[in-house]
Amino acid sequence: MDDWDQTPEADWIRLAKAGDKEAFGNLVKAYMRQAYYVALGFLGSHDDALDASQEAFVRAYDAMPTFDSSKRFFTWYYAILRNHCLNMLRRKTIQPIPFSEVDRAIPENVAAEGGADDAIAHSEAHSVIWGAIWRLDPDDRQLIVARDILGTPYALLAELLDVPMGTVMSRLYHARRRLRSAVEGLL
Amino acid sequence: MNHELTEQESMLLGKALEGVLGEGERRELEALLERRPELRKEFQSLKDVREATMAMNFKKPPEETWDRYWAGVYARLERGIAWLLISLGAALVIAFAAYHAVLAFIEDTSSPLLLKIAIAGLVLGGAILLVSVIREKLVLRKTDKYREVIR
Repeated sequence: MDDWDQTPEADWIRLAKAGDKEAFGNLVKAYMRQAYYVALGFLGSHDDALDASQEAFVRAYDAMPTFDSSKRFFTWYYAILRNHCLNMLRRKTIQPIPFSEVDRAIPENVAAEGGADDAIAHSEAHSVIWGAIWRLDPDDRQLIVARDILGTPYALLAELLDVPMGTVMSRLYHARRRLRSAVEGLL
Repeated sequence: MNHELTEQESMLLGKALEGVLGEGERRELEALLERRPELRKEFQSLKDVREATMAMNFKKPPEETWDRYWAGVYARLERGIAWLLISLGAALVIAFAAYHAVLAFIEDTSSPLLLKIAIAGLVLGGAILLVSVIREKLVLRKTDKYREVIR
């Protein structure tokens, strides 16, 4: 028997597959923060991220009997969440957050070293880049948010995206190029 | 100027941007930048953008968000069961009512045959239309490139 089978998560999964809501609740509590931030990377607003991540957990619960216990729960859940977020974006129930809301709603730009003018310029540059992030393709956006803003390790990104680590680097590179193109001339 | 990169080259530049290049890869990158000097400027601008994105942060949601999170999911699970029961109950009630309405309609001798045929046509036409729309949706779903995003 694998060590994994002895972990509390393995127990929660076994019980949740049999319909145990309390066990499923433990899985939700273990991954709710990660789930919320993934959804935030796709959708860009607190309420939508909360709604999407919770709804994806409901869908995951309904699909638990089909879950392959040899896989990691969050990797499987991530696919459900991503699909749900893309679906929400596709249905246009979610609008990209307007630039006017970006600066005050989401980022806490680090204070720039130097004088007040530098700090303002720095903050403005960040606002422009932030606005451009939200105009990117959702997958590009989520990748940059996951890596740069949330600090998700490359290995976890590779696992979630189900691609080799080198491909994660390559995708990040292309996403960064598209972001750079989007801010070109604005800075 | 050709900016197209091979998968290997973009992986190399990607690794360099992320700061995870091995020694051999570093030499490979230098050789690439020698061959393609225009990439050096692009590489620097990508580094600048990365530095800016790395410096950003999400505001943390209030702690109560996490305290109430599971309760929110649980409520949705309960509501899902409630909706399922309501839908099943409603379907049974509608089926029962429809069955008796059809029986009463057939047994009703006071209505002229022509009216019965007309109403039967209306009902049948509606049913065909409904089936057709459902079938179209299903076919569209199978060929839709976004199919995988629908769950």
